[in-house]
This record gives sequence, C-alpha cells and structure tokens, in this order.
Amino acid sequence: MALKTEHMVLNMGPQHPSTHGVLRLEVELDGELVIDVRPHIGYLHRCFEKHCEALSYPQIVPYTDRMDYLASMYNNFGYAVAVERLAKIEVPERVDYIRVIMGELQRIASHLVALGTYGLDIGAFTPFLYLFRDREHILSLFEMTCGARLLYNYIWVGGLSHDLHPDFVRKTREFITSFRPTIRELNDLLSYNKIFVERTANVGVLPLETAINFGATGPMLRGSGLKFDLRKDDTYSVYNKFDFDIPVGKGLMGTIGDSWDRYYVRVLEMEESLKIVEQALDQLPEGDVKAAIPKKVKVPKGQIYSRVENPKGELGYFIISEGKDAPFRVKVRPPSFVNLSFIGDLCKGHLVADVIAVLGSIDIVLGEVDR
Amino acid sequence: MKQYLLDTYNALKTVLIGMRITFRHLFIPSVTIQYPEDKVPMTERSRNRLFVNMDDCIGCDQCARACPVSCIQIDTVKALPTESLGTTSNGKKKMLWITKFEIDIAKCCYCSLCVYPCPTECIYMTDIYEFSEFERDNLKFNFATLTESEAAEKKANLVKLQAEKAAAAAKPITPTETKQ
Amino acid sequence: MYEILTNLLNNTIIAYIISAILPLFVFILPFALFAVYLERKVSAFMQDRLGPNRTGYRGFLQTVADILKLIQKEDIVAAGTDKWFFNFAPVLVFIGSYAVFAAIPFSSIYIGTNTDIGLFYIVAVSGIAVAGILMAGWASNNKYSLIGAMRSVAQVISYEIPTALVVLTIVMITGSLNLNFISDIQTQYFWNWYIFGGPGFTVTKFLLIPFMITAFVIIYISTLAEVNRTPFDIPEAESELVAGYHTEYSGMKFAMFFLAEYANMFAVSAIVTSIFFGGYQSPFGYLGNLIGLTWLIPIEQLFWFTIKGLFFVFVQMWLRWTLPRLRVDQLMTLCWKYLIPYAFVNLIIVGIILLF
Repeated sequence: MALKTEHMVLNMGPQHPSTHGVLRLEVELDGELVIDVRPHIGYLHRCFEKHCEALSYPQIVPYTDRMDYLASMYNNFGYAVAVERLAKIEVPERVDYIRVIMGELQRIASHLVALGTYGLDIGAFTPFLYLFRDREHILSLFEMTCGARLLYNYIWVGGLSHDLHPDFVRKTREFITSFRPTIRELNDLLSYNKIFVERTANVGVLPLETAINFGATGPMLRGSGLKFDLRKDDTYSVYNKFDFDIPVGKGLMGTIGDSWDRYYVRVLEMEESLKIVEQALDQLPEGDVKAAIPKKVKVPKGQIYSRVENPKGELGYFIISEGKDAPFRVKVRPPSFVNLSFIGDLCKGHLVADVIAVLGSIDIVLGEVDR
Repeated sequence: MKQYLLDTYNALKTVLIGMRITFRHLFIPSVTIQYPEDKVPMTERSRNRLFVNMDDCIGCDQCARACPVSCIQIDTVKALPTESLGTTSNGKKKMLWITKFEIDIAKCCYCSLCVYPCPTECIYMTDIYEFSEFERDNLKFNFATLTESEAAEKKANLVKLQAEKAAAAAKPITPTETKQ
Repeated sequence: MYEILTNLLNNTIIAYIISAILPLFVFILPFALFAVYLERKVSAFMQDRLGPNRTGYRGFLQTVADILKLIQKEDIVAAGTDKWFFNFAPVLVFIGSYAVFAAIPFSSIYIGTNTDIGLFYIVAVSGIAVAGILMAGWASNNKYSLIGAMRSVAQVISYEIPTALVVLTIVMITGSLNLNFISDIQTQYFWNWYIFGGPGFTVTKFLLIPFMITAFVIIYISTLAEVNRTPFDIPEAESELVAGYHTEYSGMKFAMFFLAEYANMFAVSAIVTSIFFGGYQSPFGYLGNLIGLTWLIPIEQLFWFTIKGLFFVFVQMWLRWTLPRLRVDQLMTLCWKYLIPYAFVNLIIVGIILLF
C-alpha cells in the first residue's frame, strides 16, 4: 500500500523581502522540488489606462513615469515617440541626441538596481551598496538637468522640458571614467564568484524556442542566444548613428539561457550603454529643444502601436485617437508582465531556493506589471 | 577528477579575489551624509514645494487646467470697472479678484506642468522639501490674500453690479409705445 | 587560577565558583556585546557607509541599546506550541556555546578544567546545540521553522566530521588531547606554531607545512558552517524562502540565541588559534621577561589570546559580507564530497610523514 502524499502549497506572499514589490507567488511543492509556480498580480494596479482617457496628451507624461519607476526616462521616451509618430511631429536633432543620452544613462541606472537586488537575494550584501553608490551619480546628473531624481517628466511630446545644464557634459564624462572600474569590480566580486555561479548557472534555463513562443523580449530573449534588439532591428530616434554591440548569452558558465546568462547580458549591456553615451556626447549638435513643442497637441484620428527598448524589454504603446484633446484609448504592453508569465515553466524541477534566483534574473518591476 | 580539482582551485581563487575587494573598501572613506547636520545642496532646477506669488497672479486658471491631478483650485470674481487692482511685474493689468487659490500639496505629483503655462511666471517650485505635517488638512495651502469677509464683499459687489446692469437692460421703453 | 583564588580567599568552594563563572561574566559576555558592535561597524566600513554612530561615542553603546530594547519586548508565545520545549530551547543552545569555554586555555594560569580529554570534550559538547535547535524548530508549531531547523541540524552534524578529522590530525602530531598542553608546546617564537609545522627544527616540520595549511583551511570552513554564518547561513537567512528556526522567538529568548551565536563564533576562533596559532603564546617573547616582572606574563598571554581570537572573528565577519549564500544541497555537497575527502587524505599523508 503506497503512502498517500500531497503536494504542499507554499505562499510567497505579497509581503516578502525578495519579491521585487507586491507579488504573490503560489509555489506548489513536492518535498523540496517545485511542481508549479503561479504568480498572482494586481496589488499595485492604479488604473493608468483609465486615467489616460481623461487627460490631455501632455498631461499623461507624468503618469507614464510611474509605471516602471526605475526607468522613467524610457517610459516617457516611448510615449513621446508614439504620439509623435501618430501626430507626425518632427523633433530637432538635438532633442533626439539628448533623449538617447538620457535613455542610455537610465538603462545603466535600471540595470544597477536589477543587479544589486539580485545579489541581495542570493545573499551577497555588499555589491548592492557599491552599485547604489554609482547610481547616485546618475541620479544627481538627472537632478541637475530636470530637477527630479526618480520620476522625471522630462521627455515631452515634441521636445524636452529643459535644455541641458551647462555642466552636464563635463560631469557625464567624469561619470563615465569613474564607472568603468566599477563594472570590473562587480565582475570580480559577484559575477565570477564560484558560489554565485553555482547558485545561478543551469537554473531557470529558458530555451530559445520557448522564449520566442512566449514573447519574451529584452535581456531574457538575448540571454537565450538570440541577437534581437529594437534599437537595431526597429530603429527609432537616432540610434542608427551609433556603433554598439548587442550582447548575447553564450552559456559561459552553464547552459545557454540560464539565469547567469541573463545576469551577464545585463552587465555587458551597461558597458555598451557607456559607449553609446560617449558617442552621443561627441556628436551632440546645437539647437533649441523647445522649438517643436506645440501649444496644443493636435493628434489626428488614427491608431498606432509603437515600441521602444526598455531596459527590461520591449515597451509598447498602443494609442487610439479620435482627434480630441484626450486619447480614446492608451494600452501599454509592459515587458515585465510578459516576462513574468512563464515563471512556472522556468522553475519546474528546481528547488525552492531557486525560485528566488529565477525571479531575480527575470527582473520585474511591479509598477509595470500592474500599471 | 581534473574537474574536481579545478573546481576547488576556482572556488578558493574567486573567494580570495572577492575578499581582497572588500578589504580594500574598508579604507575608502564612507559616502554617508550626516543628515540633519549636513544636507545635500539642492540644484537650481529642483522641483519641491510649490509657491505662488499672489502679486503677479492674474487668475487665468492655466495652471489649474494643466495640472494632471487637479490639485489647484482657483475661484475668481470679476472686478468692478471702478476698482483698480494694479499691474503685475511684467505689465499685465489685473482684472480679477482671486477669492480662492488652494493647492493641495499632498495631491501634487511635483511634475511642474503648472509652471510653464503661467503668463506672469508667478507659480514656481522652490527648494523646500521638509514640510511634513501631522494633520493632513494642514497640507492644503491657501495663497489667496483676501479674507472671507472681503471675498464675500467682492462677490456681493459683483452681484449688485450685474443686477443693476440687468435692470438697466430691461428698462428702456420703445418709442412705438407712446406714439398712438 | 583556582590555586591563586584559594590562597587569596582561604575557602575552596567560593574559589571554585568564582573561577568557574569568571570567564563568563568578565570575558565572554562583554565580548559578545562588543562583537555585535564590531560586526555592524566592520560591515558598514566595507560597504562605504558609517554604521551606528549616534548612540554613545561613535555608536559604542548601540549593543546596550539593542539589549535594552529586547528585554522590554513582549514575550510572545504562539498558541499550540509545546511550552516546555519552547522555553528550554534557547537555554540549550546557550549552554552548547558556553560550555565549550571550559576547556579553552585563556592564559597559562587560567583554564576552566585542565582535563586530559579537552578536545574530545569540545567536539562532544558543541553537539548539544543541535538538540536545542531541533527543539526550537519543533516547538514553534510552524512547518517552515521545522524545515529550517532540520536543515540547520543536518548542516551542523555534517560539518562536525571534517572538524573531527582535522582535530585527529593534530592529535596525531602532538600526542595529546589537552588544549593547555598543545598551547604550551608552541612556545618562544611564531615559527614554533603548528601552522608552520610545530616546535623543533626537523625535516618533519618543513614537510608538514602545506598539510597544516590545508588542515587549517578545512577546519576554518567547517567551524564557519557550525556557527551558521554566511556563506552557510540558510537557517537564519531572511531573504530565503523558508524562515529560520528562531522566527517565533521574541524578546529575551531571541537575545539569548543572538548572544549565543556570537559567543560560539569566538569559541571556534579560540579553538583554531589554540591548535594552529599558538593559543596564548606571544609570537616573540614576553615583555615581562624583558623587564623582569614575572606576574605580567599571564596578563600578556591573555592579551595575545584575545587579539588572535578577535582577528579570526574579524575574518569570519569579512567572509560574511563578501560571499553570497550557498543553497542547502550545495552545502551538503561541499561537506561530503569536498571537505571530507580532503581532510581524510590530509590525515593519511600526515600520518605517513610522521612515521618517518
């Protein structure tokens, strides 16, 4: 007579130090092995899309800040590109260059948070503080330009809210020289550390076929080996003028597509962003950043889906306009939402402690998942 | 077997490299700023608490319309033609009494969208960020300079003027009435 | 020490009691308080921040403030727990850490009990804490605490084996289990310490050096796992999934677990220094000998003992803030597949060297 066994259900509730925000993961266990992981979201839903139906186009920009609050510049950027495409507004070249600089600096800042908190989940307490110290430099650069440290409202439809501060170029170059040694230090301290590699290699392997079928984008897709980046494959703004590489996961420490690959792709992306910022600073043209901002944004009837490369993946805006002040419908395709959806498949067959490692490597921000 | 020894060597080497980094950081001075004795200086463009210079406000309602969270409430009363409110600092003539100018700073999202449309640049963001209160109602800032009674008086004046105007418009007898 | 006190007080019983509780109150408890403060400051400086610096001069009284806070907290006992076990578990863990100090020589005149089976007693007594941990996990009436406690028990028990193997190596070389004797023969200069092969200038000494260093590394890692410090702190990790065995404890009982951990850290550092680094001996002669004041020597020895112990405690803290955490099965792999074979091979080679 066989022993009657049941699967245990463990609830990693909304309040947990390691889920990056209010996320509830229902983990079904057989002893220590994970059978299934079901994410429950919605704890941070703030009706962004409903708000957009009552606000005029420029007034929506502060709301887009608050979706992925760790990468607000890029949210603004995506929205501005979408509305400008729909309303056929041409921006001066200087505006494009500054947008690219801000976007890439924001990418570095967002990756710093992702890598720091990933180390914290695995148990390494110090890289978190070193990376946040460098993030402070980026945030003070942003504060010098637009006055805010986290939610910027800087990239407006048709231009920018402020021109660059006179000290900005000098301070950014100083930041770049001081940041390269930090990436080396991070690699020494965390990336190649045997214990970290043991915890993350061969854990949460995402095969390339599955990644494409599920719609994964960003470092998740590139970690599985596919060289696909919207900045090169579906260019927007002036990205086609820069020379940079797309890092891909190669399975250096385990199988292609495991958590270490996704982590290392982010480290390499920071290096590439530095290159882009340097080139943009060298090529920065003169101009007036507020020239193309219309007094009243007039958007003709129509609809558009436009996408940009958020630090976390493909951020898409679908806007339907009826020609009035406010849009008829704004739908956002958040990258974290889609990337989170297949955490169940990634964690099957692993131990309980690996769920945390996989969740950290997906890099979600609940503001984006729930909007 | 070789993999086994290689693993051991790798483990020891990476651990020692990591330890060297943290040891070096023991001697790097800390980056903490001892608040409240030292404070981080605010930049010139920093966006903190709002301030309205009522001498310059013409009551055009542009800032209230631009605000995405509707935290500015403005009530105005048209001034009588006999009253003179003066001009703003850049030459515009003021025509409205502002009876209520309330900003609920708890609702404000510090986006500074209200600063740009103002024609006289009287609303702007200062660098004050330490303004916590114990009661939530204390965060409703009232900038209007008229008192309750003065506001009521202005409104009454306007109502009276409108009544007089309406009476004068209804009064004139047409000439065809008397000529039979 | 016992003799000095007997002469002083002319009463054997009081002398006995004082010499038994002396290290507890004069040394260990202040040390535990100091170690908590040291850990917070060391971790802060490694992370480029300041640590506690408002309570007292540069934060010195922070631990006192913490203990006061813990004492005045409400002692929450969850419903459905096994009351007797719940209350007794911290006491057992406490005993397991403090009883070890009976056989450790603090200086040449003070050792709690000069027994000939010192090392054997130490390895045996540190197993009492296992029973305490299991009691704590079971009595909490919380399935996650139970799982955490079982993991911790598996960890402590497995890592006792490499410890015992290394201790066996040392016993083979010195021929005695008495820690006092082992510290005593590493006299005079630092090249007489066992990490450098031992006293005397024979060929054996130089042949032994690499194996002694290996043995030191093995015992340091195993004792790190016995005190549940990172990278082996699965039982008490907050960001891991399953809560540790002491989540249901609050107030003074939690303070006992806390202090017991720091005392344990010092105990294992003391053992490692006594075996490998000369215990209370100074590396290069005594000031007392130089000046001619012989009563200064035991005090100097206490000083050297403390310095060496503190250094190893510092290295334990250094490791905690550098390395990430190991997963439970990787912890077990490390012990059974890596440390035990290395310790075993080490033992055999040392035995062969000693034969010739």
